[in-house]
Amino acid sequence: MLTFTIRRLVLAVPTLLFISLVIFLLLELAPGDPMAQVPLTVPPEVKERMREALGLGQPMHIRFWKWLVQFFWIEPQVLADHIFGTSFSAGDLRVISWQTRSPVMDTVIERLPQTLWVVGTAYLAGILIALPIGIYSAYRQYSWFDQIGTFVSMVGFSVPPFFSGVLVIVIFSVNLGWFPSIYDTTLKVTDWDSFLRQLQQMVLPVSVLALQVTAQISRFMRASMLDNLNQDYVRTARAKGLGEYCVVMVHVLRNSMIPVVTVIALGVPAIFGGAIITEQVFKVNGIGHLLIGAIQANDLPMVQTLTFIFAVLIVLFNLIADIAYGLLDPRIRYD
Amino acid sequence: MTERDRAAPGDGLAPASTALPGGAGPLETLAGPPRSQWLNVWDRFRRHKGAMTGAAIFALVVLAVFAGPLLWPPDATLIDIRARNTRALTACFSEGEPWGWEGPAAAMSRFFAHIGAVAQCFANPETASARISWAHPLGTDQLGRDILARMLMGGRISVSVGIAAMLLALGLGSAIGVVAGFFRRLDGPLMRLTDLFLALPLLPLLLVMMLLFREPLSGAFGPERGIFILIVCAIGVTSWMPTARIVRADVLALKEREFMLAARSIGTSDSRMITRHILPNVLSPIMVSATLGIATAIITESALSFLGLGFPPDFPTWGRLLFDATDYLQQYPERVIWPGLAISLTVLSVNYLGDGLRDALDPRGGGR
Repeated sequence: MLTFTIRRLVLAVPTLLFISLVIFLLLELAPGDPMAQVPLTVPPEVKERMREALGLGQPMHIRFWKWLVQFFWIEPQVLADHIFGTSFSAGDLRVISWQTRSPVMDTVIERLPQTLWVVGTAYLAGILIALPIGIYSAYRQYSWFDQIGTFVSMVGFSVPPFFSGVLVIVIFSVNLGWFPSIYDTTLKVTDWDSFLRQLQQMVLPVSVLALQVTAQISRFMRASMLDNLNQDYVRTARAKGLGEYCVVMVHVLRNSMIPVVTVIALGVPAIFGGAIITEQVFKVNGIGHLLIGAIQANDLPMVQTLTFIFAVLIVLFNLIADIAYGLLDPRIRYD
Repeated sequence: MTERDRAAPGDGLAPASTALPGGAGPLETLAGPPRSQWLNVWDRFRRHKGAMTGAAIFALVVLAVFAGPLLWPPDATLIDIRARNTRALTACFSEGEPWGWEGPAAAMSRFFAHIGAVAQCFANPETASARISWAHPLGTDQLGRDILARMLMGGRISVSVGIAAMLLALGLGSAIGVVAGFFRRLDGPLMRLTDLFLALPLLPLLLVMMLLFREPLSGAFGPERGIFILIVCAIGVTSWMPTARIVRADVLALKEREFMLAARSIGTSDSRMITRHILPNVLSPIMVSATLGIATAIITESALSFLGLGFPPDFPTWGRLLFDATDYLQQYPERVIWPGLAISLTVLSVNYLGDGLRDALDPRGGGR
């Protein structure tokens, strides 16, 4: 198992390098000039110096290397300093945003909790709803519950979050006035009242994201249960007189969860991607919102960093899914 | 399986064998002419209710958006400022007195009064309290442009983007899948490439691509065509990976079959093997990913437009219409509903179509 894990970890490194190269090249080859916003009255030699100050003077491979160093060497040091109070990173140049002129990672760390709150709650809620639905739909295949569940998950698949989000705003905050349509990130949870308000403003974004998660995972759960329900060991379990609950919830469920767990792990980066849109709809001040803002403001270092963070999430959760699969199912370990 | 299916099982039997000269004739009387594989597929597809409904709705949507200007002639870009902010005809349902409960008799009379008011409004919208007109069944936007015409035009663009991006992704995916499966030496590198592409964060990358290449492409091809090319290429380049994987797996399985060995032994060239023997046999997974590809492409395009990074405002797509309408969410919620419903309905129908196609193309699946 250890070799399996190490092999997977080693494979992740070139993947990350490739992705960072793609992102870097994409931004590099793009036409467009960070100096375009500078007034025309600024003389060319000053412009040239500004360009160098932004680190744009050197050839491409050197800049790529510098960016890698900044991202993989200096930023972790800053994090370590922040946590342990050391001073590894004193005097090092960090990735600076063109928009705010402050380190990109500081802004990201500021915004991350909002995204994590909304996305994490939505994912958890989605999974908790999806698993029972998937199990029961498979157990009573072609029953009315199954038919409705399949239809609802198909709808959840097909309705994009920018429509379902707007729709729930129309219904629940414009017409009924139950929930606020804008997520207030300045709200601090100090007492019961503000906690209730926090809960209230989280309902709509969380339910929109959770609908998608539920649709996906309940379908997987159902298919996986169906694969197992017709197997011989189920008949054996019933034949030796086990109760129906024990057969389904212990024997079948444990085997069916193997692929579902990997799907759950693989789905995490996707839901962060989906959160970009949901954050935009509900004005949640998270990293997706930050990305859109940075794109509109042409803030390339910020865009680069955020895109790369999304890539790291994908690689990380692919790794987790692989290892989880290896742990749960010894047959696929190849060692 | 029906009686007829058993008599002529799919593609294996040569029909000539039933008419051996001097033989005793066919062992079983065939109920009709020999059936091709595709007829069987069609039979299975036809029995799938969801798929048939999906196919019908998708065909209807495509027909409506492409023949739209013939059915509904008003110009989508014509600004009629005097008719601006016309409500949709559905606003008629909120005509009449507000409802309340004051005993059954009062409720009955109120109900009929309401029906009367609604009917009156539909017959003669000019008398209604809101601005409603038969000239604009779905209303107009803040500049007085007819929303039905804009929906049709937007649908034309959205559906074209979906189909074009799907074709590009399909072409790339099947080419890479076939090459990776067929040539052992290229398998490793191409599949690693696919894995790498699968690890890319697609939505952020798409957004970045839109940001960076929008200006030069609109400069080179004009604003509309430039963005169209950009969106189609961006979606196509980032969505070929699942197709490539499925096609490769199928090609690998096909390569072990006897007919491939036979074809090889009579000296068939590689290119001929691919076009004659491989491609027709991997057609079914390609078709399934084609339908699902349209759905993803339409959603992705709408998402880009919704984030303000898609088509320019005077060139409406469903996503763009939805995005523009969110500013008027409180006063005119129906403007959000129409494009959203159109996107959802199209994607839902395509998803059902793909589902049914997958079941129909898999001969082991059996009827539902």
